[in-house]
Amino acid sequence: MSNPKYERPLSPFMMYRWQYTNTLSILHRVTGCALSVGTLLFVYWLVAAASGAEAYADAQAVFAHPLIKVLLVGFSFAFFYHLLNGVRHLAWDTGHGFEKKKARTSGWIAFLGAVALTALLWFVLVRRGEV
Amino acid sequence: MAQFRLPKNSVVGVGKNYPAPAGAKDVRTFRIYRFDPESGQNPRYDTYEVDMATCGPMVLDALIKIKNEIDPTLTFRRSCREGICGSCAMNIDGVNTLACTRATEDVKGTVKIFPLPHMPVIKDLVPDLTNFYAQYASVKPWLQTRTPAPPDRERLQSKEDQEKIDRPAACILCACCSTSCPSYWWNGDRYLGPAALLAAYRWIVDTRDEATGERLDALEDPFKLYRCHTIMNCTEACPKDLNPAKAIAEIKKKIAERKH
Repeated sequence: MSNPKYERPLSPFMMYRWQYTNTLSILHRVTGCALSVGTLLFVYWLVAAASGAEAYADAQAVFAHPLIKVLLVGFSFAFFYHLLNGVRHLAWDTGHGFEKKKARTSGWIAFLGAVALTALLWFVLVRRGEV
Repeated sequence: MAQFRLPKNSVVGVGKNYPAPAGAKDVRTFRIYRFDPESGQNPRYDTYEVDMATCGPMVLDALIKIKNEIDPTLTFRRSCREGICGSCAMNIDGVNTLACTRATEDVKGTVKIFPLPHMPVIKDLVPDLTNFYAQYASVKPWLQTRTPAPPDRERLQSKEDQEKIDRPAACILCACCSTSCPSYWWNGDRYLGPAALLAAYRWIVDTRDEATGERLDALEDPFKLYRCHTIMNCTEACPKDLNPAKAIAEIKKKIAERKH
């Protein structure tokens, strides 16, 4: 192995096909990270509320920004997906739902459920004139 | 830390193209990962056009045809050609499987063939499985007993007890599962991987085995066992339709349960 001519290369791995398994798993991680970052936004809002009327008004102005609203939609999706997929993991930890068909179905339920709940949340918020 | 890029010596270049013979009607293209340790050069992709009218149905048939008729330097492992030896495990069309049980017909477009992912390559489609086998050996895949065997017969099992190990014992150690697992790619030096853990499970649930406690002790480790994050690529990849992900979950459960 000391002869560089014979050094063994590492076989490619990033070309592995994106299946529902690895896709949903990485999405669980990404949404987990997004939740941590999103919580900072929430903390900012709480601190502003505790700091007085002026700071709160500033915060409200920040949250009224369309870009922040888009982030909040993403944040709510992250919340719902991480929650639903978390339930999936909980079932797995008890030894249930490992059959290929069941795992695939529960994966779709977690993903589509998160999309539906996010849509429902924002539908209600818009209808009530909160955003 | 997860690394996503290949080391410099592993980056794959473009290789040769072997066109189909004149007059071939049913042509399929096979793009195959090549590495020649004697060349001192990086790996490359060679492209072979194969006339399917004179080729067997499985990807392994095409590989053998290429080796026999087009390019005798193409190197791969194969033996039984019926899905029981596990030699021809490789990455076909992005997924780990056995070349002998994967029909070329089921692959759309160019048939892309790689060695098992994230492994040191000895030559072409032949990965170095030394670490994989060492991990298998580390779970002590044999019967361990304290009590003497009955003098007049074997250690018997009920039908139900046998059924517990029936599936896990059907593993052929092809390494499709372990090398499909992102955790194994990035922690393969310390994480045992689905195949070795499935083997461990097979002995943990064997009612004749009397070393269950020691077996669980040996696995209770943040890396050996708990690098499994239930991604499920392993179960999805297994060409024998086994369920290593479930076996790992059962081991985790047994470790959690014995604490209470």
